[in-house]
Amino acid sequence: MYHRFDAIVVGAGGAGLMAALQLAQTPGISTAVISKLYPSRSHTGAAQGGIGAALGNLEEDHPEWHTFDTVKGGDYLVDQTAADVMCHEAVESVYELEHYGLPFSRTPDGKIAQRRFGGHTRNFGEAPVRRSCFAADRTGHMILQTLYQQCIKHEVNFYSEFQLLDLVFNDGVCCGIVALNIKDGEIHTFHAKAVLFATGGFGRAWKITSNALSNTGDGVAIAYRHGIPLEDMELYQFHPTGVYKLGILLTEGARGEGGILRNSEGERFTERYAPTLLDLAPRDMVSRFIYQEVREGRGINGGDFVHLDLTHLGAEVVEKKLPDLADFVRTYLGLDPVRELIPIQPTAHYAMGGIPTDIDGRVITGEHNTPLPGFYAAGECACVSVHGANRLGTNSLVDIVVFGRRAGRHMARYVQETGFTQLPQKPDLYAREQVGQLLARETGESAARIRSALQEEMMDKVSVVRSEEKLRAAQRTVRQLKEQYRHVAMQDRQTWYNSELHETMEVGYLLDLSESIIAGALAREESRGGHYREDYPTRDDVNFLRHTLVYDTPDGLQIRYKPVDLSKFEPKERKY
Amino acid sequence: MLIQCKVRRFNPTVDKKPYFSTYQVEAEPTDRVLDMLNTIKWELDGTLTYRRSCAHGVCGSDAMRINGRNRLACKVLVRDIGNKMTIEPMMGFTVLRDLVVDMEPFFEKYKAVKPYLINDNPAPVTERLQSPEELEAYDDTTKCILCAACTTACPPFWSNPDFVGPAALVNAHRFIFDSRDKAGAERADVISSREGVWRCRTVFNCTDACPRGIQVTNAMEEVKRKLLYDRA
Repeated sequence: MYHRFDAIVVGAGGAGLMAALQLAQTPGISTAVISKLYPSRSHTGAAQGGIGAALGNLEEDHPEWHTFDTVKGGDYLVDQTAADVMCHEAVESVYELEHYGLPFSRTPDGKIAQRRFGGHTRNFGEAPVRRSCFAADRTGHMILQTLYQQCIKHEVNFYSEFQLLDLVFNDGVCCGIVALNIKDGEIHTFHAKAVLFATGGFGRAWKITSNALSNTGDGVAIAYRHGIPLEDMELYQFHPTGVYKLGILLTEGARGEGGILRNSEGERFTERYAPTLLDLAPRDMVSRFIYQEVREGRGINGGDFVHLDLTHLGAEVVEKKLPDLADFVRTYLGLDPVRELIPIQPTAHYAMGGIPTDIDGRVITGEHNTPLPGFYAAGECACVSVHGANRLGTNSLVDIVVFGRRAGRHMARYVQETGFTQLPQKPDLYAREQVGQLLARETGESAARIRSALQEEMMDKVSVVRSEEKLRAAQRTVRQLKEQYRHVAMQDRQTWYNSELHETMEVGYLLDLSESIIAGALAREESRGGHYREDYPTRDDVNFLRHTLVYDTPDGLQIRYKPVDLSKFEPKERKY
Repeated sequence: MLIQCKVRRFNPTVDKKPYFSTYQVEAEPTDRVLDMLNTIKWELDGTLTYRRSCAHGVCGSDAMRINGRNRLACKVLVRDIGNKMTIEPMMGFTVLRDLVVDMEPFFEKYKAVKPYLINDNPAPVTERLQSPEELEAYDDTTKCILCAACTTACPPFWSNPDFVGPAALVNAHRFIFDSRDKAGAERADVISSREGVWRCRTVFNCTDACPRGIQVTNAMEEVKRKLLYDRA
């Protein structure tokens, strides 16, 4: 089936809905949002602790301080102009969300409440500052609901449960997408002047993850298969406080409210590593502290986890400010967080890298940042790069709101000034072949087994601490799995609501992305932010203060580099 | 532990009528029911069809009937159900396939109650003020994840599918009691219509079913009282 819209947004999380809302509010533009889930199921809804903005509602704060923290938190791999834009526009974006009706928690005088979060400081690193605006510990849920509500108000067209299959270019200009209607298996071509990918992350490449089962990096992988390089893929964040074994996120807001990490001896071990910020040091560091404690035998019962202690906060704080956390701990661990210690371990959480874009969401390629006409990306699938080598807590929500908004506004201008580019002959040919092959193949490898082997290997060898030896082994494994995937076969070969079909394609995306992550991690022979190499344990600004670009070419993967924008703050050693 | 799991199956393009498949599946007592379904799908039967995403009770994809009660499969542990399980789709919507139901009518009802802030006054430069007490008046109903567990557990909805149902009314409550909302009659007219809040018979099934612990019936009672007092 053929559809034509001025603008297509793929993905209905915070970035996609924010962009769609900008487009929908511009008269005369037709917009459609394509999502493999119903919009309210998107993973933005799982974000808990808050959205950072220097409102200064409780104490002095400034966007410049937020920019500095973002740059330092990212271990100086952040593009500083982009970070500055984000931290300044965070303030008006949060007010805009409030005007849309977002039910923020409030101060006694009725303003938006704010709390402390990891790496957010006053006056360039002096002490923690209250910058995270929150709605209890369901801030992402409220952002997602509020934006979805506004999209309903502005009558945005949704194609829910449509899975992205391909991106269409004609002569270097993006002119649409191909998607599968999951319900009946029909393949649809959406012709457009501009396409935005807001397709989210790919935490499901790892065994222990906070990410939804749907976070399989579809958009990133499809862009990559079209020859678009991926930026800084090796920089992946492990959040320190995942529920032991399950990986479910327990918000950093718990430590923002005063929660403490303790080892098997009951010691507050962050005192030894980060004497100023303690438990509120950035996530990459806290995850490594936990790894170190476990390695030195101070994990709980000698195991690979430590405790999050909220018992001194009192029932009032836990129930009122962290109600979802309390619910998770009770449901999944059978523990009472008011009285008992919570077993936690680092969990694969967030991709700093992704599809390279400029500050208007335009996808850019190559060492000279050449825009690809008509193609945009925003949110976790994109790399602006505002998170550098490690994202600060709350900045993912800032990113989706600010850059979703900027991308939507730029697209609105672009589609008003631009005509439709003709679709190429048979734009859906590749997608039809891919789906047709999967539905036809009767015997072969199991996608579930390949995925499980991939997740084990990525967790074991490409997580918090890496080395050349481990990465080479992982590279061999992923290549073998990719070979097996060429012969993947499904049990379900119906076209009607075939969920095995979309799961199987998702495994293919995870394999490609894992290969790019490993390639980037091998090339970056230093330790910076979320990328720690025990064979190169220090940061090397001479050789690696630059962005990695991984290309998938017919001759294999190629690595290139591009410079980092250092226009505001000089790189310094990162201490807290 | 070994679980005997019966799942109601139906593919309208192939099957004349629904049937049950029974699986013997090994699960840890602390596994989520969703983990067990995943084990079935990934190791035993790839054709088993259900929705899921976040796997920890916040996205609302996997509401289904587990031993006769509406639950999120990812928010209930195997040990809390026992070693004999019957899993069926939610009641009251058309089954698309196995445990997947057609959610379109559900979202249409949600949209009907104008689930968005209505306030045409120019916004200030900063935030609109709202006291913690004003927030408390509607805080509970902001937790809704639109999973439909409440609506599909509601006997008045089963007998009259035109009833907007508890989920839509929870979302109406969320705005009616928001001090910033100025919709007034615009929303009240929908809520008090023939298929609106007065269809509620306070059965409390909705409250029992809500995986977010929202006091659903209470919210509907608050909406009813508000409609009456505003009219008086």
